[in-house]
Amino acid sequence: MPEPYDDGAIAGTGAGGAMDLAASEATTLERTPGGPQGTGPAEKARSLWSDAWRDLRRNPVFIISSLVILFLVVISLWPSLIASGNPLQCDLAKAQEGSQPGHPFGYNGQGCDVYTRTVYGARTSVTVGVCTTVGVALFGSFVGGLAGFFGGGWDALLSRVTDIFFGIPVVLGGLVFLSVVTSSTVWPVIGFMILLGWPQIARIARGSVITAKQNDYVQAARALGASNSRMLLRHIAPNAVAPVIVVATIALGTYIALEATLSYLGVGLKPPTVSWGIDISAASQYIRNAPHMLLWPAGALAVTVLAFIMLGDAVRDALDPKLR
Amino acid sequence: MAEAILEVRDLVKHYPLTQGILFKKQIGAVKAVDGVSFDLAAGETLGIVGESGCGKSTVAKMLVNLERPTAGQIKYKGEDITTMSGRALKAVRRNIQMVFQDPYTSLNPRMTVGDIIGEPYEIHPEVAPKGDRRRKVQDLLDVVGLNPEYINRYPHQFSGGQRQRIGIARGLALQPEIIVADEPVSALDVSVQAQVVNLLDRLQSEFSLSYVFIAHDLSIVRHISDRVGVMYLGRVVEIGRDEEIYDHPTHPYTQALLSAVPLPDPSARKHRERIILTGDVPSPANPPSGCTFRTRCWKAQERCAQEVPLLAVPAEFRLTEGPAHHPSACHFAEEKRVVPTESG
Amino acid sequence: MLLEVRDLQVEFKTRDGVAKAVNGVNYSVDAGETLAVLGESGSGKSVTAQAVMGILDMPPGRIAGGEILFQGRDLLKLKEDERRKVRGSEMAMIFQDALSSLNPVLSVGDQLSEMFTVHRGMSRKEGRAKAVELMDRVRIPAAKERVGQYPHQFSGGMRQRIMIAMALALEPSLIIADEPTTALDVTVQAQVMDLLAELQRELNMGLILITHDLGVVADVADKIAVMYAGRIVEQAPVHDIYKAPAHPYTKGLLESIPRLDQKGRELYAIKGLPPNLMHIPPGCAFNPRCPMARDVCRSEVPPLFDVAPDRQSACFFWKETLDG
Repeated sequence: MPEPYDDGAIAGTGAGGAMDLAASEATTLERTPGGPQGTGPAEKARSLWSDAWRDLRRNPVFIISSLVILFLVVISLWPSLIASGNPLQCDLAKAQEGSQPGHPFGYNGQGCDVYTRTVYGARTSVTVGVCTTVGVALFGSFVGGLAGFFGGGWDALLSRVTDIFFGIPVVLGGLVFLSVVTSSTVWPVIGFMILLGWPQIARIARGSVITAKQNDYVQAARALGASNSRMLLRHIAPNAVAPVIVVATIALGTYIALEATLSYLGVGLKPPTVSWGIDISAASQYIRNAPHMLLWPAGALAVTVLAFIMLGDAVRDALDPKLR
Repeated sequence: MAEAILEVRDLVKHYPLTQGILFKKQIGAVKAVDGVSFDLAAGETLGIVGESGCGKSTVAKMLVNLERPTAGQIKYKGEDITTMSGRALKAVRRNIQMVFQDPYTSLNPRMTVGDIIGEPYEIHPEVAPKGDRRRKVQDLLDVVGLNPEYINRYPHQFSGGQRQRIGIARGLALQPEIIVADEPVSALDVSVQAQVVNLLDRLQSEFSLSYVFIAHDLSIVRHISDRVGVMYLGRVVEIGRDEEIYDHPTHPYTQALLSAVPLPDPSARKHRERIILTGDVPSPANPPSGCTFRTRCWKAQERCAQEVPLLAVPAEFRLTEGPAHHPSACHFAEEKRVVPTESG
Repeated sequence: MLLEVRDLQVEFKTRDGVAKAVNGVNYSVDAGETLAVLGESGSGKSVTAQAVMGILDMPPGRIAGGEILFQGRDLLKLKEDERRKVRGSEMAMIFQDALSSLNPVLSVGDQLSEMFTVHRGMSRKEGRAKAVELMDRVRIPAAKERVGQYPHQFSGGMRQRIMIAMALALEPSLIIADEPTTALDVTVQAQVMDLLAELQRELNMGLILITHDLGVVADVADKIAVMYAGRIVEQAPVHDIYKAPAHPYTKGLLESIPRLDQKGRELYAIKGLPPNLMHIPPGCAFNPRCPMARDVCRSEVPPLFDVAPDRQSACFFWKETLDG
């Protein structure tokens, strides 16, 4: 069909690179054999990734959210940088006391320093969030990618399995599965969340692999005699990965919130692990007398979740091919 | 005619229509291609025209082995490629390449132009030693009229016409003998179409290529083709040299198709006879019996519903020598001139 | 004069700057007359029409100047609700893609009768009867039986007829058809163009036909305006322009199309590409691609010269072009 990109698309195509080049290349396109003329290599090669990065750097949402995340990562690696105390060293005599010099956030019900515990809680949240996301992304992409690429019977089978896991209710499942676990480490919680989280990514990955598979460049590679692995790794995966990255980033925030929820319900992490969820759960009984105990870990949780969701949003805007 | 390097015989592609999720059962078939035969001689361009849904793109896909035919043969230099697999198929693929319609989806946006045009060498490393490849890619860019210094750029930095040149360069990389071009210029602007058509013309003589050129635009097909086949609902209804088809068509569908093309000449408005067909193309899932064109044909009679007309020189013209002597699948074929001559 | 566009200017804001899509367009249509606006993608032909209809997306679009006089009134000065009354009842538009222009969840009859119930205050029953009448008028076989069917149940040509029926419903005095047959097959194209021309004659409407197809223009237009980079470069009665174009761009276009009635020799190809609308070349926008360009073309913007009565060309060397 002639003219799929008519006048109406000016705003869209103008944003991409084709048009700038069109102007500079008007002379070089039908060149005489006399050799290259015009601007030549003056314009640099710009991959879609580098274009996305250029957009991201200019986006204030991205800058703010990534600064917050960077800060979180740093303090979860080296919490002692900004907190000198020990989160497990508590003094019951100071229970529920408010802000005072050296202890800006006050003390919690056990007499532990809320500031120190909030800082140390970041490590748990970031660990749970990152590990769950990595696990979910790898397993989900693998299953979804296979289903999308091979289609047919494989697709039917894998999709049904995905649906079964998708159907497990999160909170009920958590109460049932995790209540039998006695380990106090973060791993059972991470394992449980991967088990429940991967179908979401698998569905996204399957869809974007199917979309990428239908592009003519995949057909072109097949016509050249390319192997399945070449088509999958070189042509399909790089073009299908963007939605997975976006959804995984946004999901990271929700996994952190989910860990807090499970901990609040008493089936997630257990003391002596330091976690915002545990602290929120403990503080909720004293909300009338000592709201500060709830405020700080809950605030930290909210900011963290928001930062990841904002980051995901910014990344989606930058990777959205429709704007190019 | 020179020796045929491609012989297509009774090619059929049916897509099954199924019902049910777990226990699929076939309830019918879309007859996308239903018995197509033609030869392609070395160095010639065979144009295939037809409206959407006539099966021309499916034929293209089968020629480059992107689709397996339900039945029939495609013989490349005497060997049937439809049953090949593995190494033999890969070797044949080197010689039959494709140029796609949409320059926006036929190039991988995550790869540089150098990687795209160089990919054929990675898949067929025997064609070019590793150290040679970059230079070969730059040569190819030069051949298709692009600056070789653009080798590190990405597709989205180019306009539609330039992308189509990149797609053509990729098709040329393995030095194929046959290029199947599926609507290679229909997505381009009018002024850019001419550039690409001229490029294809030049490449043909430079590399002695044979083209199968598939398009819906009858004017472009006439311009570039030596012979033309007209398709309707999965079958070739008429085939012949370009002046046989354009100036002496004998099949009513060809005549209607040609007369419907608007000519860029306002004075042709008055004295040109137009055959306006009624209705639409029937569904290929349920084509009419006999001659599939009969539902829209003004000449249709009882016989057309019962007897499938064969693609052969019609009896009326079998003894004559003139340009009407070419295969046409109609029981009531008659010559009718519908395109005004150059002067008129 | 039914419609007169005077010095219209439209801009689009994009991420990389302002794209000047329309730069001072003048054209007019009389009742019963067909004006063809010819141009390639990015020429501004569709944007001009959208501005006339008042369906331009603003932002990113912006009308930077000019007047659109419809039956003597400047449409750009009307309030939005007054403008809405003009749209549909006095001027209507037909789009290229009929499938996406029709609502898939409403039956064709409902969509047609809505025109009468909403604009004319008719009852549902009367509206339905009118819908059948319209479908008959655009020669949809078995209109009475098919009135309850949904858009996807119709073929491409039939859907385009329904679009035409909708545009004609309130008997507007001006129809704008934006590539109405580009998506259709050639045999169906002829049917639809025939129908449109016949109805136009019957109702004595003005018709603006936007297209890139020189053949369609030659078939139906009375006069023709050729657009390039947001400007009209040549305007003339249709016979004159095909006989002897007075602008090198028009001439190049006419020479670059392959002819059905001629066997191929090498095609004339206009070198280079249409300009980037964010960096339109100084002087005549066509100068980098023009075989006749001289110094004056690079420095001065050519005005529209009168070549003959009703005929203009925006080329300093229109005489030479006309003769050569």
